[in-house]
Amino acid sequence: MSTQRERLLDKYSARVYKNRKEHITQMELGDTPDTINANTRTVPGIMTARGCCYAGCKGVVVGPLKDVCVITHGPIGCAYYSWGTRRNRAKAGDDGKNFVPYCVCTDMRPTDIVFGGEKKLTLAIEECVQIFDPKCIMICSTCPIGLIGDDVQAIARIAEQQYGITVIAYSCEGYKGVSQSSGHHIANNGLMRYIIGTGDKKPETKFSVNILGEYNIGSDAWEEERILKRCGIEVVNVFTGDGSYENMKSAHLAELNLVMCHRSINYIAEMMHTKYGIDWIKVNFIGVAATCESLRMIGKYFGDPKLIERIEEVIADELETIRDDMEHYRLKLKGKTAGIFSGGSRSHHYQKLLEDFGVETVIAGYEFAHRDDYEGRDIISEIKPDADSKNIEEITVEPDPVLFRQRYSPEEIEALRRQGVEIDSYDGMMHEMKKGHIVVDDYNYFETDEFIKKVRPDIFLSGLKDKYSVLKDGCASRQIHSYDYSGPYAGFTGAVNFGRDMTMALYSAAWQFVKAPWEMTPNLAGSLGGEA
Amino acid sequence: MLDMTPGKVIERKGATINPCKTCEPVGAMYCALGIHKCMPHSHGSQGCCSYHRTVLGRHFKEPAIATSSSFTEGASVFGGRSNLNTSVKNIFDIYDPDIIAVHTTCLSETIGDDVQSYLMDLKIPDGKTVIYASTPSYEGSHIQGFANMMCAIINQLAQPEAIANYRVAIFPGWVEPGDCRELKRLATLLGVNPMLLPDHDNTMDTPMTGRYEYYGNGGTRLPEIRQIGGSRALLALGHITSAEAASLMMKKFELPTQLLPLPVGIAFTDQYVMALKAASDADVPTELENERGRMVDLLLDSSPYTNGKKVAIYGDPDIVYAMTSLCLEMGMIPKYVITGTPKKEFETLTLDLLGKYGLLDECVVKADTDLFYLHQLIKNESVDLLLGNSYGKYIAKAEDIPIVRMGFPVLDRYAGPLQPVVGYRGGIRMVERILEALMARQDRDSSDEDFECVM
Repeated sequence: MSTQRERLLDKYSARVYKNRKEHITQMELGDTPDTINANTRTVPGIMTARGCCYAGCKGVVVGPLKDVCVITHGPIGCAYYSWGTRRNRAKAGDDGKNFVPYCVCTDMRPTDIVFGGEKKLTLAIEECVQIFDPKCIMICSTCPIGLIGDDVQAIARIAEQQYGITVIAYSCEGYKGVSQSSGHHIANNGLMRYIIGTGDKKPETKFSVNILGEYNIGSDAWEEERILKRCGIEVVNVFTGDGSYENMKSAHLAELNLVMCHRSINYIAEMMHTKYGIDWIKVNFIGVAATCESLRMIGKYFGDPKLIERIEEVIADELETIRDDMEHYRLKLKGKTAGIFSGGSRSHHYQKLLEDFGVETVIAGYEFAHRDDYEGRDIISEIKPDADSKNIEEITVEPDPVLFRQRYSPEEIEALRRQGVEIDSYDGMMHEMKKGHIVVDDYNYFETDEFIKKVRPDIFLSGLKDKYSVLKDGCASRQIHSYDYSGPYAGFTGAVNFGRDMTMALYSAAWQFVKAPWEMTPNLAGSLGGEA
Repeated sequence: MLDMTPGKVIERKGATINPCKTCEPVGAMYCALGIHKCMPHSHGSQGCCSYHRTVLGRHFKEPAIATSSSFTEGASVFGGRSNLNTSVKNIFDIYDPDIIAVHTTCLSETIGDDVQSYLMDLKIPDGKTVIYASTPSYEGSHIQGFANMMCAIINQLAQPEAIANYRVAIFPGWVEPGDCRELKRLATLLGVNPMLLPDHDNTMDTPMTGRYEYYGNGGTRLPEIRQIGGSRALLALGHITSAEAASLMMKKFELPTQLLPLPVGIAFTDQYVMALKAASDADVPTELENERGRMVDLLLDSSPYTNGKKVAIYGDPDIVYAMTSLCLEMGMIPKYVITGTPKKEFETLTLDLLGKYGLLDECVVKADTDLFYLHQLIKNESVDLLLGNSYGKYIAKAEDIPIVRMGFPVLDRYAGPLQPVVGYRGGIRMVERILEALMARQDRDSSDEDFECVM
């Protein structure tokens, strides 16, 4: 009998089939061990969910920095769509600055395309300095910029000298790479090269961490910070949700990096490890069990008995607080099945949270993950660079002569790993998936629709572009990028919110009306026999 | 909220802050979604397509389908011909539309992709069609993109030798599905068999059935578009959005054509009704006379709560112009009337309208500007109401001003696209919503002793 994967692939033409078969796997049902192809070009016309390099750089990584004035250099659209649409929440710091509700763009016109946009960009910087007086300006380039050859880097250097502020330009034109992922990388490079390490504000306590790859969607970072603070762990900076240029400057003085979204920020984690000797742990604060495990890993890493004890106290107290609610929603959700299509990390993270409620994830997919996000970092050496990935700059860093400090010897690191601390490594999503489960890379609209119709999970967690078609197919649907304007979903409080929202989606009163009564009653008034 | 916006206005030549427009391709995409079994296709990086589908999805709370050529760096250097060829093949294979409506992006325009010639060399399956509109994002705004796709449809689909068919072609401009339904209802009431182009009724507001299909039942049918030249008349709504398509129709088919404002409010709906009446030579039915009478009645009854109230209206030029007319009919003062779309004609039209009500000196009218400027104006002299899209909510919160949502995009409210703002019915709905906002504010702000049970 053919698998669901094969039945789907058979609907494609030969060329598309050849491409897509590498990107879809049904766990342990293939002829070869489970692997997947990822981070390669999308098939044109297939209706991918992917965005572009600019979306990854501005939209994901640098946009959330609250005290940075981000100028989108290009025509108006890209700036417009990345304005107020991602729910990366931020609260102004002591300087009172919060650029998150603002959208600044050079709004290029035909003459700028013909004669170059450098003059307009220079003016825009001058105006932003005059109006907002920011400490840091970032310039994010959109497609035409690279094509017309505006030297954004030179403009940034000139502006820095002129105004005595930090100005960072990103050549993150939309056509670079194959997805948002290239933009993450470019953004990581800029933050590492120009910001991290320029400050000298020391952490106040000995258990200090940065949270990397946490964008504070629906206040997730604030829930994580709340828990960490209770445990006595100091958060130096969050990359980048509610994060700031000011705090990021001294992020290298933290003791440990916690990585949430491996895909979007592993570059910084690795570079800080090389340059400053800061280890990173792959944590997951999505899910109750996962949050407890992550906290315990942090405790083990620092190895301080008092801290470990305090973490256990906090866990016990938090679990007690949410126990009734969790039990309530677990009763409603247990035995259901789910599908998750997300960007590059949530499809893994949310499987753990769904597990807390007894929900099994039968389909999981990513828009822009790389093979290591599916299969674990051990296979990184097997990944061959291609024409697209080679175009994205890889920066190399050296150990800092003054600031490099190895926290643990290789032997001690190995010992920590044996105790279950996921240190400087990540095992990927697939190792936790079961036989028969479907994994899809660079999922598209057709595949989403087919899997919904054929696999029929009870609930599907995906993005806005899929949400309404999934609902129209009669399947409960929640947005897992934006949480449908709810949240937080992280940590202990978040788990309860998630359970509540999942229950709401599955048990909406309106589901009972999808079929009208006259569709369900046989029409007895019809004539019998005769011609029919 | 928006604490960094100073009251002092400085002239800006480089930075647009908090825009009041977006780029051309999304307009082309929305226009094409009003064609039956049509797949909009974005020729550029895939991010554009994702952004456009997302903003449409968020506004309509509906699936918005469109495909992309998924340019890589290589395509940007060597041209997007092969990406387009592959796309067209795959789209017909996988999504089986009747028509693909290609639009360009700033990327494919800047590298000078000759989409027209690519398409001529393309093998297109029998019975299928591919059209193309040039929509460079650095020109105009989403409104111009809509207009460009309209022209592409007429140029590439309308047959020169059409058979006279006694229908009246109506270009609704950029309106909601609910508006399309109301425009058709009014036409039918006046004995006109309308053909809307595009027609978003039942495309971006499909009913829930439990089974999703890529294409709704709605949308202008291809055979109808082919025969559009045989219509007995054309009513083009929206002076900015529909003007180019209307003049193209006149040139190609010499149809009796009227370019009218969007029928919002009494006066502009009257114009639409009179035009329909002229086309059909029918009497205005009592049913419609009654609707109109009820709206006039409502305006008179409620005027104490709207008279002299200052309103800031912002968004897309045609809807802002039409809403300005409605607000004037309600006795309000359209203190600031702005659009991000760079069309001077918007200013001329609006000033003309304000002149008729003797309000020229009191109001600021500006095209090609942004919400940061509007906010600064408000900081210097406030208003009683904001009327426009969701992005004004930041100003509403910052300055504690009630806001009534209309136009595009409304990302933070539901049911808007299902219902009309056009026609007398749509007018009554808008008046009710504006009154609700103003009167709720009066209730909220009144002291206990001033609190009225009857208003």
